[in-house]
Amino acid sequence: MAENINIEVSPVSRVEGHGDLVLDVKDRKVEKLIFRIPESPRFFEAMLVGKNWDEPSHITSRICGICSVAHTYASIKATEAAFGIVPNDMILNLRKLIFHHEIVQSNALHVYFLAAPDLFGVGSVIPLVETHPEVVNIALRVKKMANDMVRIIGGRAVHPIRTVAGGFTKLPAEEEMHIMRDMLRGAYPDLEKSLDVLKTLKIPDFERETEYISLSHPEDYANYDGNIKSTDGWEIRPSEYLTKIKEKVVKHSTAKHCWAERDAYMVGALSRFNNNYEKLSNNAKSYADELGLKAPCYNSYMINIAQFVEIIHSVDDSLRIIEELLDEGMDEERRMVEINPGAGRGVGAVEAPRGLLIHDYTYNEAGRIEKANLIIPTNMNYGNIERDMQKLVPGIIDKTEDEIRLACEMMIRAYDPCISCSTHFLKVRLINK
Amino acid sequence: MSKPKVGIFGFTGCGGCQLEILNLEDQLLDLVAAIDLVHFTEAITEHSDNYDIALVEGAITTRHGVERIEKIGKIAKIIVAIGSCAVNGGLNCLKNLYGTAKAKELVYGDKKDWIDSIDVKPVDAYVKVDYYARGCPPNRFEIVDIIRSLIVGRKPEIPNYPVCVECKRNGNTCVFELGMTCLGPVTRAGCNSRCPNSGSGCDGCRGLIDEPNVNAQKDLLKKYGLTVEDMVDRFNLYNACREKNIAEKVTGGN
Repeated sequence: MAENINIEVSPVSRVEGHGDLVLDVKDRKVEKLIFRIPESPRFFEAMLVGKNWDEPSHITSRICGICSVAHTYASIKATEAAFGIVPNDMILNLRKLIFHHEIVQSNALHVYFLAAPDLFGVGSVIPLVETHPEVVNIALRVKKMANDMVRIIGGRAVHPIRTVAGGFTKLPAEEEMHIMRDMLRGAYPDLEKSLDVLKTLKIPDFERETEYISLSHPEDYANYDGNIKSTDGWEIRPSEYLTKIKEKVVKHSTAKHCWAERDAYMVGALSRFNNNYEKLSNNAKSYADELGLKAPCYNSYMINIAQFVEIIHSVDDSLRIIEELLDEGMDEERRMVEINPGAGRGVGAVEAPRGLLIHDYTYNEAGRIEKANLIIPTNMNYGNIERDMQKLVPGIIDKTEDEIRLACEMMIRAYDPCISCSTHFLKVRLINK
Repeated sequence: MSKPKVGIFGFTGCGGCQLEILNLEDQLLDLVAAIDLVHFTEAITEHSDNYDIALVEGAITTRHGVERIEKIGKIAKIIVAIGSCAVNGGLNCLKNLYGTAKAKELVYGDKKDWIDSIDVKPVDAYVKVDYYARGCPPNRFEIVDIIRSLIVGRKPEIPNYPVCVECKRNGNTCVFELGMTCLGPVTRAGCNSRCPNSGSGCDGCRGLIDEPNVNAQKDLLKKYGLTVEDMVDRFNLYNACREKNIAEKVTGGN
């Protein structure tokens, strides 16, 4: 039992980028509990000023290697909205397809490689090579399948090439569509085995209801497109994001914290699940059922389970999209729509693997960027992560320091924070003044 | 070197190079078995300050970063810079072009003095770099080749010819013919001309070859009615830190 605790984990491992956990307990009371972000800021808003309209998607994809497709499309959608471009169905279907597989890749990386070692009680995936080789091989195959999908559609797995404003610089060949279909069908046995393994692992108990925000779409389990929706009962168009989403600077972090209706909210897989459960494929719903995940779910540790359920949905929905594309055929004439650059403002919102992502660009007459604002999912989660830990720690204060440290680290990792993304900028809007 | 102790270290960048290592799916387990991976914060909780080879991702953009890379320089016997940010400063250097002080002002307003951010420099501005795995992202097979070479004690083969050679071999239509700008004629190969393969011009993410054929580049610019600025803007995307006199180098000063 710990009367006084001083925990400093610097850096927290198995998250993307550099974040530190600082926890001080005195006489069994939490005196300080912060998730400190000292990662170097990157100034993407400054880098974008003056750039020609065909460059921002390639530049901003470099905000994050893990979610480069999401940044690419938030950027492309902002540019297309500014110029009034409406892509055709074939382009939209291919975009949704590549989008699914960034989510599968990222969710698989997180569930199998970064979060699962905690559930097996080890420090990384490497000991699992010896003790659970089948799980490691499944993880590698699922990740490879998703990366190969992104490679076929985007030209490479990290920082896709073919995905541009107006459409694609190259289309997959019909033969490649068949290859993708076979790869997807081939993934099911591995996903079923993963389900069996996940069912044997104990996800920690925890409950704290918060505001859950994600995109929402009348037809799809929203990833690529939709309105911004909250479990607190509001829904807005992406272009209205500033009316709800506020940001502030906190002293211990080079990344900002965000709030909407309450003092903090959650974005990511669990928010999507809570808002859009009905739009999941039936197969994904039955996986959720088997894993005890029900909407609404208020246990942040269950984010990992929601991520796995999303993998199932993405594979199911990808097969549906490929059938549609095969029915209509790949039409070179429809590869690109016409682009007429000019002055205007456009907002692009997508669901990155870690949650809502917004790019907001203002272009001048020459089609060059005058002003850019980027809202990143991990920033939105920092406040919520701290509040979760503030509730968590008093409830486990009788455990050992090591156990408390691990519970907090696991909580941070459950959110799958992407720190490179979140520190790409830090704009002071002087809300506190 | 029998089973070298390897550390993987991230500085300012997108984490994509480390991800490309994890994306080695088919070879990852063999790679992990051939080395003793002692430090990889993105994937492993345990860590050690005793390593032979440091794989370094990202550019150096903070004073804290300078301290960290200098410490790595004292410990590692061999340093491999992986990815455009570590090799050339990469896209981060757009901040230098904009002006570091001005960028701080734009982004942080009156809180700018809180922020630790200095002019971006590549890793070899601070420590000796033994090998370079270029590109954004780097070619993951080139990273494996460099590690394999270090284990068996041979020199890794890094091409010193332009992307055009690979592009021709891949049978692509020249992207200049498609009405686009391309840096393939002066950029170091090793990526298998992946952007032209996808119907896109080369952005020069692997940096210049040692002796670019400036006459051929001048002829190309003239033939397709392009300006030096078209090329320089493009080249600055990944190389603004490294090549101060890039216009002169790419075009022979025309």
